[in-house]
Amino acid sequence: MNLESLLLYLFAAGALAGGVLMLVARHPMRVALALIGSMLSLAGIYAILGVHVIAVFQVLIYVGAVMVFMVYVIMLLDVQDPSFTHKYGRLLVPGLLFGAGLAVVLGLAATRGVDPARVTVPAAATVEAHEPGAEFLIQPFSAEFLAEYWLHFELTSVLLLAAVVAAIAVIKGGRRPDG
Amino acid sequence: MDRVQLLLALSIALFALGLVGVMVRRNALVMLMCMELMLNGVILSLVTFAQRAADTAGAVLVFLIFVVAAAEIAIAIPIVLLLSRQRKTLDVEAYSDLRG
Repeated sequence: MNLESLLLYLFAAGALAGGVLMLVARHPMRVALALIGSMLSLAGIYAILGVHVIAVFQVLIYVGAVMVFMVYVIMLLDVQDPSFTHKYGRLLVPGLLFGAGLAVVLGLAATRGVDPARVTVPAAATVEAHEPGAEFLIQPFSAEFLAEYWLHFELTSVLLLAAVVAAIAVIKGGRRPDG
Repeated sequence: MDRVQLLLALSIALFALGLVGVMVRRNALVMLMCMELMLNGVILSLVTFAQRAADTAGAVLVFLIFVVAAAEIAIAIPIVLLLSRQRKTLDVEAYSDLRG
């Protein structure tokens, strides 16, 4: 087993441990930290896969923006909330059963061997002329991203602006009744 | 175990863990975070397949999903804050009279 697959197993175990910790941790801050750990492990997996851009996005957008926002909100809130002391609702047993069942069904579907002869692989995957994953390095990906998908990139800014306006509208609309 | 299979299994496990979290936890913010975990699991499978097909469009799609997820959180958290300000609690059991 080489170093790369060892690191892959390590990061996979880290992501899984973060997910399990999210279920058992009591305080939302611990849940947030477990989620951050899980996301950082996933970023490590993406980096090992050679998809460097996604790894950078994962750290910058998810851990850097979304989770920092979440941590700030948790710090704003009351620590004496009843949902902090009683962490599980009424659906504990059916939820666990359903989740386990879903995992088993999806796992069976994913691991059931597919006849390789019947799989149509895209041409780019079969012809490995260049190093696999080289198009996901920062420089070639950025060039192709902004040359071919510039409209999508610009549209995301419109979406983000709409989200900002909507967030402000939610806050203002909630304040209006009590003056 | 094949690398793609390992990553697919991890993605399924993360999705199932997130789903269980959404169903069993009582705290609204924790439920939001579990939804993020589900999204991360799905993104992992998308990245795995995009990397295997050596397709840039997959990575671009992941970027767009990240942006949509950030926008979703930016709207969801103010809603949760307003709910908690109105009912003085984050416990979803207190919101059980919210019916469509």
